[in-house]
Formats: sequence, C-alpha cells, structure tokens
Amino acid sequence: MKFLCINCDRQMVFEERQLPGDGTLAAAFRCPECGRCVAILTNPMETQLVASLGVKIGGRTVPAQPMETVRGMVVTGRDNAFAEDGKRETGNGPTWTAEAQERLARVPGFVRGMVKRIYGDYARDHGIAEITPTVMDTARSELGLEGM
Amino acid sequence: MALNIRTYRDLTEPDRSALVEQIGAQRRRVADRMAAVRHVVAVLSGKGGVGKSYVTAHLARALGRSGRGVGVLDADLNGPTIPRLLDAPAGGARPAHADAVEAAAGAEGVKCISMALLLRDGMPLAFRGPDAESFVWRGTLEAAVLREFLADVAWGALDFLLVDLPPGVQRFAELTELLPAPPAALIVTIPTPESADAVRRALRAALERGATALGVVENMVGGPFAGSAADDLAREFGVPVLARIPFHPRADVWDGIAKCIGGAA
Repeated sequence: MKFLCINCDRQMVFEERQLPGDGTLAAAFRCPECGRCVAILTNPMETQLVASLGVKIGGRTVPAQPMETVRGMVVTGRDNAFAEDGKRETGNGPTWTAEAQERLARVPGFVRGMVKRIYGDYARDHGIAEITPTVMDTARSELGLEGM
Repeated sequence: MALNIRTYRDLTEPDRSALVEQIGAQRRRVADRMAAVRHVVAVLSGKGGVGKSYVTAHLARALGRSGRGVGVLDADLNGPTIPRLLDAPAGGARPAHADAVEAAAGAEGVKCISMALLLRDGMPLAFRGPDAESFVWRGTLEAAVLREFLADVAWGALDFLLVDLPPGVQRFAELTELLPAPPAALIVTIPTPESADAVRRALRAALERGATALGVVENMVGGPFAGSAADDLAREFGVPVLARIPFHPRADVWDGIAKCIGGAA
C-alpha cells in the first residue's frame, strides 16, 4: 500500500497512526513536496486483516516479541500460559505506581507479561523512572498498542 | 482525461511502513530458527481421523529413544492433542524470554508446542476481532500462529521437527510458504479406499508444492477398516510403505518406523 500525490507526482510519506480503540485505524500520509495530507481510515475487518499479518502500518515501534500474535490476539488463552523472563526487570528498572499496577492487572493474563515488558522497555528507553497511567497512555499511543 | 498515475512498482522511495520488509523479517526469523533443525517432516493425510497425531507422537518418541533430538509442532490449532500423546505437562507456564518461548518437554525428551498448552481447558481457539465475516481474517491469523510456533519457540538444535498437520491441505501450504525449503512429507492413511481418495489429493498437493514424500504409513490395520490404500498410494506415487500399524500396536512398530525415518539423519 502506497500513496501518490498526483499533483506533485511524489510518493507520500507516513506521518501518523491513530488507533481509537474501536477496532478502526487511521493512518495519515503527507506529500513531501506540497505538504498535502491524506488519511486512510480502515474499518474493523480491514484493521484486523492487517493485524493478522503481523505487520504495522507506519513500521514497527516495538521489537518483535516472541509469540506476539498469539499473545495479542488469542482471547481464550490460559492466564498463566506464559511466564516472563524476570532477568530483564532486575536492576534499575522502572517502578510501577499502584494505579499503573491496577491498570496492568486488568490486561488479560495471557498477554499481561508481554505488555508489562513492552511498557518497561519504553520507560527505560525514555529514561522514565516511574510508570504511571499517563506514561502507559503515552506509550500506548506512541507505540500503537491497541487493546493494551 | 485520464490521469497519468505511476504504478505501485514505480514508486521506489523509502517507505516507513515497509510492509514488504516486515514480512521479510518474519520469514528471516523462521529461517534463523529452522537453521538448527536438520529435517522438517510434515505428517499429513488430507483425511481426518486416520491417526496423524497418534503416529506423529509415537514416531517422535521412538526417534527420541534412538537418541535423536526431536520436536513436535502441533499444527492442528483447533484440535490440539500432541501434549497429551507425548505426556507433556499441560498446565504451568511457558517461560518467555526476549526472543523465544520455551517448548514443553514430553516423553523421551521430545520437545513440543501446541495450542493445548496455551488455551484454557475446554475452550476453543478464539481470536480478538470483529465477529462478522471472520472467515476473511481467521485463516491469516492461524497462519501467523503457525509462523510463531516455528520462529518463536526455543527449539534449539534438532534432528527432526515433526509437524502434525490437521486434515486438509491448507496448513501444509502455509507451512511450505513459511519455511525456507519445502518440508518432507510423511503420509498417513487407513486402509480404506475413501481414505486413499482423500490422501491422494493431499499428497498430490504436497508434491506440487515441492515436498519430498518419505513414504506411507498405514494405520489401524487389521481392524474394521478394510482396503489397500497404502499399497495403492505407494504404487501410484512411487513411494515406500514405511509401516503398517496394527489396531493395537506394540512399541517395536514405532521403533521400526523411526529406523526408516532416522536413516535420513
């Protein structure tokens, strides 16, 4: 999928992705020549089909996680099916506020460990010492973690 | 007036989405993991109820007994049975590291991965997504699960990775597209002509996709199912009948097949 600004005959570049949380997706593209923006808006089925391929419009924001599709998409998984390797969380890792922990606890157990790891890595990468719900919101938006 | 629009392939500027590259990275992940696996063997039939999983598990155990490194990938995502057949512990958590999830350990040291290890007891495999028209995306998701079972499990160095396929040919096609090279195929049938009909189609599809047929295993011989499916298929495709498994097999039957298959390692 590519977008062409016909007036400028230039390939448009990816600008921004938004996941409103209702299964739809918006992705904006800008013409590098004239600055014109267009957005592609996908319905839930189209969004799902892209997600099913395991690809991200706009590129990957998080390194590939083992079994990320299984853990992110299966809704009948056992809560304790996976145990995250705790080695990466030792040392000077970020702390979680009670509110953030409470919110994390609401994530299905099947995917919770992976989500926790992603937020932890995000905090480390951004020099954030404490993970709060606001940090989670920001990370979710920046990383495009729909449903996490 | 028609617009003079360049085509998709004409546009070659860097693309941040890089969807093709993302798919390529997925394929490389599979290839990297499979580089330590000497032989991938797809156990297929095309026909349901012939005992593919039973044959897969017992062959894996026999190969394990003979000292081979063996893994079993349960590709029957909707009817997974491999962990039980391998006496692998069903509960417990699969340790997830940064780049892979650990396989379960079954009898004779056989490693395995299966949806049965991950799903809640008695629950079907269900995905997050819109309810309507789920047939549009479900097959794609199942192929993604198969890809992750190949790429994201810490298989380590194996002599054999046996892939237990569900009935039909679709999962075999997906497997072939995901792997760097087509797998070998071990064909399982029961003696009946009905089974031969279904297996013939599946085997032909597998061969058309570049598979090498190792041979035919005829299961449930000497029971209520009469016929000559294995001989008929072997003659037609020029492949050996590797074994005829009695309705109540003894352990040495499996060791015999393992010897045939293991000769390749």
